Amino acid sequence: MSPVNDDFILAVEGLTVSFDGFKAVNDLSFYLDPQEIRVIIGPNGAGKTTVLDLICGKTRATNGSIRFRGRELTRMKEHQIVRAGVGRKFQNPSIYEDLTVFENLEISYPSGRSVMGALSFRRDARVRDAVEEVAHTIFLADQLEQRAELLSHGQKQWLEIGMLLIQKPDLLMLDEPVAGMSVSERKKTAELLRVITRNHSVLVIEHDMQFVEDIADRVTVMHQGKVLSEGSLERVKSDPRVIEVYLGH
Amino acid sequence: MKKPSVIGLLASREAFYYLLLALLLAVVFPLVFDAFRLNLVGKYLTYAFVAIGLVLCWGYGGILSLGQGVFFGLGGYCMAMFLKLESSSPEATSNQSTPGIPDFMDWNQVTELPWFWQPFHSFSFTVIAVLAVPAILAFVIGVAMFKRRVGGVYFAIITQAIAAIVTILIIGQQGFTGGANGITDLRTLMGWDIRSNEAKLVLYYLCVALLFVCLLFARRILGSKLGRILVAMRDKEDRVRFSGYDVASFKVFVFCIAAMFAGIGGALFTLQVGFMSPSFVGIVPSIEMVIFCAVGGRLSLLGAVYGALLVNAAKTSFSESFPELWLYAMGALFIGVVLAFPNGLAGLYRRYLMPWERHLRRRPAQRSGVEGEQVVKEETA
Repeated sequence: MSPVNDDFILAVEGLTVSFDGFKAVNDLSFYLDPQEIRVIIGPNGAGKTTVLDLICGKTRATNGSIRFRGRELTRMKEHQIVRAGVGRKFQNPSIYEDLTVFENLEISYPSGRSVMGALSFRRDARVRDAVEEVAHTIFLADQLEQRAELLSHGQKQWLEIGMLLIQKPDLLMLDEPVAGMSVSERKKTAELLRVITRNHSVLVIEHDMQFVEDIADRVTVMHQGKVLSEGSLERVKSDPRVIEVYLGH
Repeated sequence: MKKPSVIGLLASREAFYYLLLALLLAVVFPLVFDAFRLNLVGKYLTYAFVAIGLVLCWGYGGILSLGQGVFFGLGGYCMAMFLKLESSSPEATSNQSTPGIPDFMDWNQVTELPWFWQPFHSFSFTVIAVLAVPAILAFVIGVAMFKRRVGGVYFAIITQAIAAIVTILIIGQQGFTGGANGITDLRTLMGWDIRSNEAKLVLYYLCVALLFVCLLFARRILGSKLGRILVAMRDKEDRVRFSGYDVASFKVFVFCIAAMFAGIGGALFTLQVGFMSPSFVGIVPSIEMVIFCAVGGRLSLLGAVYGALLVNAAKTSFSESFPELWLYAMGALFIGVVLAFPNGLAGLYRRYLMPWERHLRRRPAQRSGVEGEQVVKEETA
């Protein structure tokens, strides 16, 4: 464990994944500072979502390393990575449709995660307060008893963000959090994300450049599984290679 | 606050259904049926244990096992081995070439009690084995499958294959297991004749009591956060992992519980019916068990009990009059349940009778009328 890496909350080095010979992510390296908000942009098929899949353990890396606060994630299981403090929001709202909003948040609450823990889990004041607080943040305080299935698309996205928040992760990973939202929902979501990203390290995939401009500390541009350019949005925007493969279109 | 009163109402309503079932099983049936019929009901109830396990494992957890007969059989065989050893005392078997071992072993030229039969001399060991043997097998299967993320249809097929394998094993190892005939001619339980009518009545009540223990235990599981995790897993297994849960361990747990319930059912079957054979272990009985659960409603614990009772009663009366038609009727029933009423009797009840009943419950004096309605509806369904 090199001491240099531990200054970063997340250090991705030489990350490669190959699907039947096709390298979706190819020798990728980047570093994330604590409290940093990093946006990954890039054309379709650049491997952005795959990077998040690799970090959260959904996909296994062929090569390379992912260190999160000095711990190697590539050999850990999904639930262990979550427990280590990495939270992930998926591109399509991924919530438990058969459960209520309250139950969705309660399941995400970080306690009673073993079989016996779940059996003896009690819905005490601590849990109820945490659920209500998060529900308030994600604009769903009035819908706690609603079955998640019946929420609108935007509300489902918020619920999933809420499920992430209640986990209290150190690193939030969001995959296109405003995709498919109406203009007003989008505005509200941007506001929500600005609030919740304040004291977390965040890794976001997003296409909406206005939104990127609003929140990004730094931007990583991916192309064909590699980092094409990295830096402030201004710098990246003026990079001729980025203009050619992505922004130019 | 409005909430507690709603919960209170739900709790009392649920308690009412449990009470109704208890009344039916513990008072009405013993009064209405003769000893023979009551013994049949007791036999049907042993399948209700399996069906309750399937509600947990299949209805809530989304794990369809087509091999519950194996666990039912293991529980049953454990009990049968104990009873067989008791009826094979050296005095009772003095005309054998090796006295003191079960008769079928003697016929198969086995001259010594096999090692795995030895501990079944002890009743307390047997009681533990009835629970532990199915649970251990379920644990091994569960860990092997679920840690590798085998699920859905593949899991169903593998459990079915296991049911076939276990049946073949039991039939093939005739000298150790009694083969296709099974373990028969069981007479006493620690000196107590289990064939008499009084004994059968006691065993029936034991069966009802244990059924309620299992029901309440299952209800406790479903009422905890674990129950909601099961639903979440059925819904979006991947998401549960990213909520920080080890999905496999929850699946293994619920599969083991279902196996233990099935084992208890099997042991009670052996006690009430007086023998155990591979015909209750294989593929067909295992699928029948799934049908009991499906007909009753795979999301309803009580529905599973009614499902087991009704389908078995139908089976008995059908096979008495048209034995060759029963399998077709069973197949049709399964298709009907899947296509027409996927939530089984419990679903039908909730949809059509609950509004009625709510109306009647406002006048408590007419409660008995509700019971009648429910029974009629279930019999016609």
